[in-house]
Amino acid sequence: MAAHPSSKDNSANSLRKIWFDPNVRALVFQILVVIGVIGFFFYIISNALFNLEQRGITTGFGFMNQTAGFGIIQSLVEYDESHTFGRTFLVGLLNTILISVLGIIFATILGFIMGIARLSQNWLVSKVATVYIETLRNIPLLLQIFFWYFAVLRALPSPKQSLSIGEAVFLNVRGLYMPGPIMESGANIVVISFILAIIGSFVLAKWAKKRQMLTGQPFPIFSVSAAMIILVPTVVFFLMGSPIGLEYPALKGFNFRGGMVIIPELAALLVALTFYTAAFIAEIVRSGILAVSKGQSEAAESLGLTRTQALKLVIIPQAMRVIIPPLTSQYLNLTKNSSLATAIGYPDLVSVFMGTTLNQTGQAIEVIALTMAVYLTISIATSILMNIYNKKMALVER
Amino acid sequence: MLKNTHIKAAVAAVALAFAANASAADGTLDNVKSKGFLQCGVSTGLPGFSNPDADGNWQGLDVDVCRAVAAAVLGDASKVKYTPLTAKERFTALQSGEIDILSRNTTWTLTRDSSLGLNFAGVNYYDGQGFMVSKELGVSSAKELDGAAVCIQSGTTTELNLADYFREHGMKYTPVVFDTSDQTVKGFEAGRCDVLTSDQSQLYALRIKLAKPDSAMVLPEIISKEPLGPVVRQGDDQWLNIVKWSLFAMINAEEYGLSSANADDMLKSTNPNVRRILGLEGPKGKGLGLDDKWGYNIVKQVGSYGESFEKNVGTSSPLGIARGVNALWKDGGFQYAPPIR
Repeated sequence: MAAHPSSKDNSANSLRKIWFDPNVRALVFQILVVIGVIGFFFYIISNALFNLEQRGITTGFGFMNQTAGFGIIQSLVEYDESHTFGRTFLVGLLNTILISVLGIIFATILGFIMGIARLSQNWLVSKVATVYIETLRNIPLLLQIFFWYFAVLRALPSPKQSLSIGEAVFLNVRGLYMPGPIMESGANIVVISFILAIIGSFVLAKWAKKRQMLTGQPFPIFSVSAAMIILVPTVVFFLMGSPIGLEYPALKGFNFRGGMVIIPELAALLVALTFYTAAFIAEIVRSGILAVSKGQSEAAESLGLTRTQALKLVIIPQAMRVIIPPLTSQYLNLTKNSSLATAIGYPDLVSVFMGTTLNQTGQAIEVIALTMAVYLTISIATSILMNIYNKKMALVER
Repeated sequence: MLKNTHIKAAVAAVALAFAANASAADGTLDNVKSKGFLQCGVSTGLPGFSNPDADGNWQGLDVDVCRAVAAAVLGDASKVKYTPLTAKERFTALQSGEIDILSRNTTWTLTRDSSLGLNFAGVNYYDGQGFMVSKELGVSSAKELDGAAVCIQSGTTTELNLADYFREHGMKYTPVVFDTSDQTVKGFEAGRCDVLTSDQSQLYALRIKLAKPDSAMVLPEIISKEPLGPVVRQGDDQWLNIVKWSLFAMINAEEYGLSSANADDMLKSTNPNVRRILGLEGPKGKGLGLDDKWGYNIVKQVGSYGESFEKNVGTSSPLGIARGVNALWKDGGFQYAPPIR
């Protein structure tokens, strides 16, 4: 009889024991949170679908196959009015990627130059860099975009009074017109040889570095690869019988036709994004360089390295460890800031897809969700690439 | 402000997700009555149609539709709150219940009427798309525009009509797309494009905004049908009826010679048509769920359609648009309202 209550006590005790086990409790709470989050999203999604149906609003991605019927000023792929809304998505996406990639390249170059210039011992150079950084990073980006756009538009002449360089390059309020390539048969081979030459120069660089490590013999890598990249495609070009021609822009009617054009919207956006982001990158570069202890540059100097060599071989490689993580977030910012393009009519994803396409189809939820997914994907991809690079550059612990 | 545009659109989309299951489309009338004002979606500033005057009061043909509905429902035309919307935001704002009525030079099309969960309540302006060019260009017809750069406002039927027109005539064009009509005008003035295209009524309105209005001209061609009218949410028939008949009351009022100036005198009229509009006899307000003075309130406080047209866009306004197809049916125009009886 006494055994009965004690066994009850035991089971209650063991339950309590399980309940007070920190691992079990942590697990229970985590499961509850996950259920809560899933339930929340399930609720809002089903609720949205219900509301949409109630109000007779069409849902789903069926609209992506409908004909778009509107024109887009700049497209990296073939596009005209008869293509679908799905295609407008692709056009907008590529334009966003184009501005982001160009912006990242130019902002990095300018940012490094300005960051190093700010640390320069030359008074004028360092002050110019300081003024540049302090001005540009303290003015809102949208204002800068408007400034460049309208400054560019106001300053340039009309198509009939274009500024020109030798009847080939024309600059006017509608854009910068340049001769464009016309590909004939055999042109592919020239392009392929060019790409091969670039890959070859990378291989060569790797080999040269290895050789220098082993033997101490330097190799004139820059001039050799430059010669390779220029000469190989040129030789192939003439061997194939000059398959790439040039199309010159010409004034027909109101505007120039033919050739390649850089529209002022792209130029203004690129300049604004580059200048703005470069100011932040410059500060990151400066902090990275200052984080390298002074002993390193003194050691480099005592080895007889010049200031440039010291910077290139000793300081910057070490500074990169500090620079890369914040640099990544600047790249992400630049990509996301590129959506301000819509302010001046550059046809990026937000302008073309979340603007015109959304309005023509009225499918707000689908379009906005898809647009957000794209930015998320681009940003995560950039992060991953930069993390890989960061791992490579990180201090190897021995 | 532009970033704001997208935030608004996103917020409206989120609002759709969170809105309670009870469809907000039901009972717009009760909702308006209980809050005591009408929330009206208008443009971000289009002279003659919806534009704030020097004192910040909204004026225009589209604004008068909202005022008429407020007069009919609340007995006071001034009980309207305005939400300025860009072309892109307008439908989402209405769908999500942010506004009760959209009166913003919106073209009635099949897609908008059938797949956006919206209903058009009539036509208060028959418009058509036209082109405005700089006089320097020396162009006299739209058919000479091959190769032109064209400034457009994004998110309008205009973008589609433009593409259709140039394709039909085998011409090429470069679209330059801006977010608001103000920016479109700026782009045009800066010479970014040769042509500005929009509904013709808007072209006259935008032309006034140019630094030198005389330097630009509107081409004669009209390339599309643009019936503009007020829009409400689908699924609330009572509210649709109220908006529809508020507009009809204004048009009928003009037909029978009523105006804000003579509304009180006309209460003594023996003309049965007049007496029915003023709610002295006939169906009165019961069927619409309004009080019997709804028609009187519209006429007295807002005026007839003709009055509103003259004041806002007609020859006595800065826009100076002739009645043309917007005249009453008996004067050779399209404006024809079903009888109030």
